[in-house]
Amino acid sequence: MAIWCTELAIDRWRQVEGLSRGEGALGDGPDAVPLALIEDTAHGPRIAAANRAARAAGTAPPMRLADARTLCPTLVVHPADPAGDLAFLESLALWAQRWGPWSALDPPDGLLVDVTGVAHLFGGERALIADALDLLARRGLSARAALAPTAGSAWALARHGPAAAIQPPEADPRSFLAGLPVAALRLDPDVILLLRRLGLKRLGDLDGLARENLARRFRNTRSAAANPLLRLDQLFGLRPEPLLPVIGVPAPLVQRRLMEPIRHRPLLDQVVADLAQDMARLLEGLGQGARRLELGLWKVDGEVLLRRLEMAAATRDPAHVCRLFATRLDDLDAGFGIELVRLRASWTEPLLLAQADLDAAAERHGTSLAACMDRLTVRLGAQAVRRPVPHASHLPERAQRWQPPLADPPSLQEELHFHHRPLKILDNPEAVAVIYETPDGLPRRFRWRGEVHEIARAEGPERIAPEWWRERSTVRLRDYYRIEDQSGRRYWLYRHGMIGDGRGGAPEWFIQGLFA
Amino acid sequence: MIEHAHPPSTGMPDPVALLPGLVRGLGATGSAPHWQPGIASNCRHVELFASARDAAGAGLALAFARDFLRQEQVAETPDRRPFLWVQDKAALRLSGRPYLPGLPAQLRHRLIHVAAATPEDALFALEEGLRCRDLAFVIGELAGNPRALDFTASRRLSLAAEKHEVPLWLVRLDARRDLGAARMRWEVAAAPSPRSRWNPHAPGTSTWRADLFRAHTFHPGQWNLRDDGALLGAEPAFPQSDPAPDHGDLVHGTGDRSLAAG
Repeated sequence: MAIWCTELAIDRWRQVEGLSRGEGALGDGPDAVPLALIEDTAHGPRIAAANRAARAAGTAPPMRLADARTLCPTLVVHPADPAGDLAFLESLALWAQRWGPWSALDPPDGLLVDVTGVAHLFGGERALIADALDLLARRGLSARAALAPTAGSAWALARHGPAAAIQPPEADPRSFLAGLPVAALRLDPDVILLLRRLGLKRLGDLDGLARENLARRFRNTRSAAANPLLRLDQLFGLRPEPLLPVIGVPAPLVQRRLMEPIRHRPLLDQVVADLAQDMARLLEGLGQGARRLELGLWKVDGEVLLRRLEMAAATRDPAHVCRLFATRLDDLDAGFGIELVRLRASWTEPLLLAQADLDAAAERHGTSLAACMDRLTVRLGAQAVRRPVPHASHLPERAQRWQPPLADPPSLQEELHFHHRPLKILDNPEAVAVIYETPDGLPRRFRWRGEVHEIARAEGPERIAPEWWRERSTVRLRDYYRIEDQSGRRYWLYRHGMIGDGRGGAPEWFIQGLFA
Repeated sequence: MIEHAHPPSTGMPDPVALLPGLVRGLGATGSAPHWQPGIASNCRHVELFASARDAAGAGLALAFARDFLRQEQVAETPDRRPFLWVQDKAALRLSGRPYLPGLPAQLRHRLIHVAAATPEDALFALEEGLRCRDLAFVIGELAGNPRALDFTASRRLSLAAEKHEVPLWLVRLDARRDLGAARMRWEVAAAPSPRSRWNPHAPGTSTWRADLFRAHTFHPGQWNLRDDGALLGAEPAFPQSDPAPDHGDLVHGTGDRSLAAG
């Protein structure tokens, strides 16, 4: 569900001034005269929002104040408050979670609420949208709302569709939304201008075009707001559109109501210590530590005393908190007594549970394998700590796969030990220059990494054919040779292809493995 | 001074108990034994200097590890503990990664491989592996002389290995012999293999020329080492100066019998 507060800034100004909508519309109330909220820009004051009377007089939001004054000399101006509007919208988004499990901001004046599968709780979609509009109107907000399967189409319907529009899931979105203007695609103004100059005014016009033509015209695929094709896909639900939900974080709070008002310091210290204990337990459950604490003391005579504390690092140690508060409570005037004490952590940070014994035990007896693997994986990443497992393939580089160190190895037939395999294998076979007696015969010497190896002994070839069931038909076979050079170094070389196999020119030689 | 008055005459002295510098380098005491395969060395941190152009360092490290496991195995229960093989990025690029079908059959399914991006990460992984009581041994491969691997880091590895009794074979690829705390330091190169039994033109069992140039408790020496599956065979190597062009033939003549044993 998309909600659009059409006059958010003006509505908020009314609420701040304590006016009801259209107050004095016939008489002489502040809302009856033309009024505008202005913001300062580099080119002087500009109108950010205008009320109904001002709009009737001809002023509209992007206008400069000087121009508006010429149209409407009686225009009353007040400064706009965009930061306050955004904060209000955030709290409104939290409040809107009464209609769905999560909601997202759509600045500057919209909200998106996920109402998937909740409509029956309100008695159907029509009742849900009526409830939303009714409650928003009671809060003094003029709003429009729409229900649709995707966020994009809900947005489009809320702004450009009929009032309280509902797109049924079985309706074809292309025909249902064809009548909306292209501005319903949430595009940048220059893109909308370009589309209008191209003669594309409705979504139906875009639908008639070939997809390639649009893709060629709008090449910016990074920003969806600049690409109508991406927006269309999001509108029709062909492309995911991640939204950032608003999550309310309640401040942890503990309090003690006292049967007898206390007037003495030792009793208060006891209460604060209890509260610190409670807070520590509460924070531990949340996995948080407090950075800022507020201690509120309600006195019998109606006064409230506040003491604030801010820590350098997140903590929930009760003794530490008590020690810090003790110095702040010295100048307290209890008066006739304190009847309620409340401790609130207004700023918390994640603080994990610490376990002091683990390291000491590991120091003495050594860590277990799982703990060791955890430590390695956390620091080096899961891709760095692995164990090889055999894989059913006769291609050497595919014959082993890697899996997490403690995972169960796959069940596999026992492998055959016909052939010698090298101890180590290079990730990418390296090309070597080989001198051979005959093109199909044993190699005589080869040059690898700038050094020439005279071959003393060689065994081969072991012919390994490509896996024709998963590779292209032009992949060449390999002839492997076990090589020992004059100083005893042992290598695994292969010739890639054969002369006259019709799959490329002269065969190349590669080194793939190193024997122990 | 007490150690001087009572030189260790029988059995292996505990290298940790010895004063540093007392038995160092060329065996300060005359009674320092000669190294041979299967000897209990009490030495948990060994460095092997090898070239990155072949897998001789890693091969000999694995052979030493299997030799060590043979000594450790007392009961008939098979040892199923995994082992850790740590490589930094440069070592991985230069000399490749372990290949499962080519590993010794007993160790094949026990490998846990760590591909560290930097030498610092590799040292961290080595130390964590040495602290782990469930690992059989740890093999490290570091290329060059990284700044992170100074004497302090080397000493940390030594202490961790001795404390938790997990042995470490650290292969140094293309490295200078810099300052280090390892109790035994080897220089490893590939050696011509003996003639294969079935095909005289094929490479035979892997052979390494190992030069023990620094040890706390042993005399230095050179050997040709070979792991034929059942045990680690050693034969004294010829000095470097001795021209031995028909080296392979000579080895062939001795057969499978170890010269050192005979």
